[in-house]
Amino acid sequence: MIVAEQKQIDEIKGYLAGHRRVLVLGCGTCVTVCLAGGEREVATLASVLRLGGGLACVPAPGVRDSGEGKLETLENTIERQCDAEFFDPIRRQAESCDAILSLACGVGVQLAARLFPNKPVYPALNTKFMGTNEAGGKWQENCLACGDCKLGVFGGVCPVTRCSKSLSNGPCGGSEEGMCEVDPERIECGWQLIYDRLKALGKLETLLAAAPPRDWSKTHSGGPRRLSREDVVQG
Amino acid sequence: MLAGFGMMTESIYKSGSNLEKLLAAGQFVVTAELGPPKSADLEMIKTKSGYLRGQVDAVNITDNQTAIVRVSSLAAARLALEQGVEPVMQMTCRDRNRLAMQADILGAYLLGIRNLVCLSGDHQCFGNHPTARHVYDLDSIQLIQMVRDMRDRKIFACGEEIKNSAKAEAKEPRMFIGAAANPFADPFEFRVIRLEKKIAAGADFIQTQCIYDMDRFKRWMDMVRARGLHQRCKILAGLTPIKTAGMARYMRDKVAGISLPQALIDRIEQSKEPKTEGIRICVEQIQELRNMEGVAGIHLMAIEWEHKVGEIIGLAGLLPRPTPPE
Repeated sequence: MIVAEQKQIDEIKGYLAGHRRVLVLGCGTCVTVCLAGGEREVATLASVLRLGGGLACVPAPGVRDSGEGKLETLENTIERQCDAEFFDPIRRQAESCDAILSLACGVGVQLAARLFPNKPVYPALNTKFMGTNEAGGKWQENCLACGDCKLGVFGGVCPVTRCSKSLSNGPCGGSEEGMCEVDPERIECGWQLIYDRLKALGKLETLLAAAPPRDWSKTHSGGPRRLSREDVVQG
Repeated sequence: MLAGFGMMTESIYKSGSNLEKLLAAGQFVVTAELGPPKSADLEMIKTKSGYLRGQVDAVNITDNQTAIVRVSSLAAARLALEQGVEPVMQMTCRDRNRLAMQADILGAYLLGIRNLVCLSGDHQCFGNHPTARHVYDLDSIQLIQMVRDMRDRKIFACGEEIKNSAKAEAKEPRMFIGAAANPFADPFEFRVIRLEKKIAAGADFIQTQCIYDMDRFKRWMDMVRARGLHQRCKILAGLTPIKTAGMARYMRDKVAGISLPQALIDRIEQSKEPKTEGIRICVEQIQELRNMEGVAGIHLMAIEWEHKVGEIIGLAGLLPRPTPPE
């Protein structure tokens, strides 16, 4: 899933300065699972914004402050903010507000901005990575979406993501007792993991041949990556 | 030599560097290290070059070592050459993509640089720009392969020939290719396999991480010889003389991939003149390494101690340095 965390409240308040009526919009998929932007977080954040010490209610220049400095918040959570159709039921509600605070990942924030061209849309989260839930309150990145998956070669451990230098032919000299020199307390050496896994599978010979240079054009090559599939294109 | 090539003579050497010639002649070689200054300070390069000139066979010019910005290894290598020192230019994968690397290799060759060591590079988190984005377009093994292909196949990484136009003659950069090996990192049993990958990719010589744990180095060399790797490439054993007990403890505790036995720290601590003792230890290490089968020389990384290199080499009986054959 996509893992995100809520921004510092001051940054959010900064975005909302001058706005009177804001739709706090959650997303029911990844960010709900990682406890950053679901229905519950929407409710909490909205009440913090309403109550939280006179925040975002600075009147816009030239606007008379008639609302006693109160920010009005509307709350809603849709199933997915990365899919336009799920915005249909909240369209009217969104139009009635002067800004949207999205608790989706960056994908959802951008789609909301596209769907409401005249409405400011602000992010409430920092989108962190694609990863797994490791334990209560702990998540870890596992995939960089490089677009050229070599997990089949590397025993199901991704060197692009797990190695601090994304080496294709590791480990470098900074691997000690299974840990990476970048942070020996917290970062496992991705290449030790690859080595251990291939050893357990009896496939260490895979590592004898040098992996060729990667095709990074599949990762980032100007403009957003696109995917077009003829088999599902609808006439 | 083949007839019909006009004035051209096919060299028996890959690059023709002094380092290559001496290694080919079976000399026990000595390389040192020169860390470029952290400012536009020409004098420092001249001074350090002066300490090393004539004392060693070639000098590694480090490339933003420990991820701290310094005079570029390319510029410093050329300046060292002008000071009468044969440079071994270091190039890391951290700061350059394959375009910049190949451009710098072409430029370095034109500037007279003939030795190139290909490294992954220290992670930027250790340096003075920890928020920088690293590159790692290639890794060190892919860099070695690229430099070898530029030299031996006269092609760029993309496969194009190294020439100005289709009819032009190829003009390739001919580097003597070095790589690093760390016998003290993990997984230990994989280190020799990774060395073999570097040799297969094109490494002509290897400089190891600095050695303090001689027992572990011997075990590593046993594995090297068992695979015959010492016959496929020249192995220079890395050494860094210890100046103080504090430095020794720092290297043991803070630098990953360095194994430093307590006995060495004790010797420095108990000595009334720790610097002299550090040099004595280094000279003993050189003697031990000289007698080790498969060790073709030493790489003396006297960090900010370049002025002591001549003394150490002299005490080890390795002066004067031999003149390379023509």
